[in-house]
Amino acid sequence: MIIAIPKETAPGEARVAATPASVLRLQSLGFDVVIEQGAGEAANFPDAEYEKAGAKICANAADCLSQAGLVLKVQGPTDAELELIPSGATLISFLKPAQNGELLQKLADRNINALAVESIPRISRAQKMDALSSMANIAGYRAVIEAAHEFGRFFTGQITAAGKIPPAKVLVIGAGVAGLSAIGTAKSMGAIVRAFDTRPEVREQVESMGAEFLTVEIEEDGSGTGGYAKQMSKEFIDAEMALFREQAKEVDIVITTALIPGKPAPKLWLADMVDTMADGSVVVDLAAEMGGNCDYTEADKKVVKSGVTILGYTNLASRAATQSSTLYATNLCHLLTDMTPEKNGEININFDDEAIRGATVVKEGSITWPPPPPKLSAAPQKPKETAPQIKVEPKPEKKTSPLSLVAFWAVAGALLLALGKSAPADFVAHFTVFVLSIFIGWQVIWNVSHALHTPLMSVTNAISGIVIIGALLQVGATGSLLVTVLAFVGVLFASINIFGGFFVTHRMLKMFRR
Amino acid sequence: MNSVISMAYLFSAVMFILSLGGLSTHETARRGNYYGMVGMAVAIIATVAGITSGAYLPVAIAMGVGAVVGIHLARKVEMTAMPQLVALLHSFVGLAAVLIGWGGYLDPRVNLVGAAHIVHNTEIFIGVFIGAITLTGSIVAFGKLQGLISGKPLMLPARHWLNLIAILVCVLLGAWFIPADVGPTTIVYLLVMTSIALLLGIHLIAAIGGADMPVVISMLNSYSGWAAAATGFMLSNDLLIVIGALVGSSGAILSYIMCRGMNRSFISVILGGFGSDGEVAGGDGEVEGEVVATSHDELAEDLRNAESIVIVPGFGMAVAHAQQAVSDLTDKLRKAGKTVRFGIHPVAGRLPGHMNVLLAEANVPYDIVLEMEEINDDLPKTDLVLVIGANDTVNPDAVEKPGSPIAGMPVLEVWKAGKVVVLKRSMASGYAGVANPLFYKENSRMLFGDAKESLQSVLGKLNPA
Repeated sequence: MIIAIPKETAPGEARVAATPASVLRLQSLGFDVVIEQGAGEAANFPDAEYEKAGAKICANAADCLSQAGLVLKVQGPTDAELELIPSGATLISFLKPAQNGELLQKLADRNINALAVESIPRISRAQKMDALSSMANIAGYRAVIEAAHEFGRFFTGQITAAGKIPPAKVLVIGAGVAGLSAIGTAKSMGAIVRAFDTRPEVREQVESMGAEFLTVEIEEDGSGTGGYAKQMSKEFIDAEMALFREQAKEVDIVITTALIPGKPAPKLWLADMVDTMADGSVVVDLAAEMGGNCDYTEADKKVVKSGVTILGYTNLASRAATQSSTLYATNLCHLLTDMTPEKNGEININFDDEAIRGATVVKEGSITWPPPPPKLSAAPQKPKETAPQIKVEPKPEKKTSPLSLVAFWAVAGALLLALGKSAPADFVAHFTVFVLSIFIGWQVIWNVSHALHTPLMSVTNAISGIVIIGALLQVGATGSLLVTVLAFVGVLFASINIFGGFFVTHRMLKMFRR
Repeated sequence: MNSVISMAYLFSAVMFILSLGGLSTHETARRGNYYGMVGMAVAIIATVAGITSGAYLPVAIAMGVGAVVGIHLARKVEMTAMPQLVALLHSFVGLAAVLIGWGGYLDPRVNLVGAAHIVHNTEIFIGVFIGAITLTGSIVAFGKLQGLISGKPLMLPARHWLNLIAILVCVLLGAWFIPADVGPTTIVYLLVMTSIALLLGIHLIAAIGGADMPVVISMLNSYSGWAAAATGFMLSNDLLIVIGALVGSSGAILSYIMCRGMNRSFISVILGGFGSDGEVAGGDGEVEGEVVATSHDELAEDLRNAESIVIVPGFGMAVAHAQQAVSDLTDKLRKAGKTVRFGIHPVAGRLPGHMNVLLAEANVPYDIVLEMEEINDDLPKTDLVLVIGANDTVNPDAVEKPGSPIAGMPVLEVWKAGKVVVLKRSMASGYAGVANPLFYKENSRMLFGDAKESLQSVLGKLNPA
């Protein structure tokens, strides 16, 4: 099957769906790759590199797409592009299926199978193909960079000969992938970072990135399915707004990333908050495409209101095109690896695979969106669903109940009595010595330090040579030659033990030095 | 006269107890050894002077030869070969116990009747049984440690049944043997029982794998003690009983400590193989991630940059004879003002405390050689951990993966340190046959090759700095 990579036509889109490295991987799955001339140029991947990797370069989109069995794109196709994709082919790209019913219908009408990468369910197994997270990561990073660019001061605090520089205060609203990435970036630039999220379970993640987690007094869990947040109650939102109004007086930079799937972005940073912010402050709204979290946000524009710069760029990932193309291309490779189990260059849209099922929005002329809900959230939500706490304890020491203790000693006592009844007095005396010696041994040996266990073994070895006494008693005493010979050999070997054991112990102990 | 001898025995028993007590600290350990020697000398002199009926010449010859052989062995043994020597010495105790048991049985002077006869025969029977198992078991352990026999557990089909049958037959033979008077049939009973016990000893130990040897050796140590105690009962000799009990409980405690170190029950160890069925789940699935190899230069650089360093040695250090190189490196780093410590897992090596002896031989001061419990809490604060020839004892699966065959085994948590460099010959898994995710962790680096050569090369590269 031939994979076609057309050049992206959307204005401002610098990304590309395949890199020279991913072309190699696609070929190893059995595909042939054709790529439109200049497709990777904006992301700094020249045609020559693709050619070197084994891709065929086509002069224009028509040439490129006409042979395709599979089309990889970043943005959804325009009508013109749609016309060029052969019927029966498969398209993988961002499609925004929730807002783009019309496009899905067109794809279905033209019998083009379509997989929307943003619909890949957020399950653990599919993390490697989760392009949304890859892009969000870059967007979060880029948001801080854009803010720093607009912001007239340092992020980090310094005390210099020319005076004291206070650190910038950054507030991140929504601690998803983008939010966490923004926290990490801002923190590493030296800013004081605070973060707010309605989902309490992200607190740990936020704190692990070095930010302060802000909370409101009302207890309400905002976790929805699929790792997203849900809409909150009015009381909660009021409390949240009060918190934000407080923060607005202090913070220099606000980065908002709050999204609720399939709904317009919630308005969180209201006009009056912007007005309270100091002149020169910056608001970066990552939700601009869905209407924005800030009242003043205009998609794809930089606006300045009451001295505050509000950035509504929707293409932040595209602004780091080399990085985002690399990650996106790798995500697609992972997806295709799962779709091509035979590695024979033929894709299999297998609806038993939860990840592929989730991504597929059009199959064989019918719309298959929305998919059945994912079974498990990537982030644990309710305590019940919390990933099994990994906690391995050494096998618990057996707890002896008082009853079994009593029973044990009762049985032991009875056995001793029975033994005493039948055994000769002589034996009982020896047995007493024996049992008491075991206890002495038990007490003494526990004190031996671990480091001296080897000398302990060799010295016990030497002293167990004490059996020599038994043999000594027998040598020549019995009048039986056989016994004497046996005893002689016994003495000999026991002596090896005694001398060898003591000597080697001595040798070892001499080596230990402080 | 008898009372004098009893007092002499009492004196040596006390000496022996002090001897073991002396081993509790390094400072008193040497004194402890001397106590033991004194106790032994007193016991032998008292016995020879007091009881033996004038057969001084054979005794002198036997002891003389024994002394020469024993001292020769002790003098030339390499510290890496200590486990073998200890195993061999155990077998001698077993042999002596068997011989003395037989001698006691054939002793024409013994003429007991009734309960005393039964008790005496029981003691002989038990003494010979334990002695024989100790004898052959120790020889097999010796062979495994010396590399004469494969270290792999021998897995006969139905081996538990074989053992059980062997023991049942011995019990049956005992039931016939014990009440009967000395005669040709009872000699056959004893002979057959001895042979079965000898075979049982071979089979029991052959079924246990190489890395379980610390347990095996302590167990055999314990057996040799019980054999001595049984001999003591047979001869009505309290000194033997005391010593036997001391040694027996010492070995038992060591076995217990070793088993706890591996989080395995004693039963599962002596039944052989890893896990009670002997089948090792080959580390379920592959470990994700990449192994990053490092170079001698890089390690030298890491060592230069690290402030606190922990070295975790394992059996691989003994195999490579790298202890001297480790010691030289330690010296150099300590002179450079760095904190260097050693973390010793209880079952590292093939003998309890084996690593300590090797490091002591190479002149590593013992107060920087710490036990696992002492060092584990400090590992997160450590910059660099050098793992030298250890594998299962540093496997994170034991803590992180409840399904792993080694789950729950206490391990040195080296992955919590800033950086871990593992010196290893290859990627082969450790004894437990479990893949080690440590190697794939982000902060681990692998340095492949012979540990001794690697360390010497690194040492050379540190020199100019």
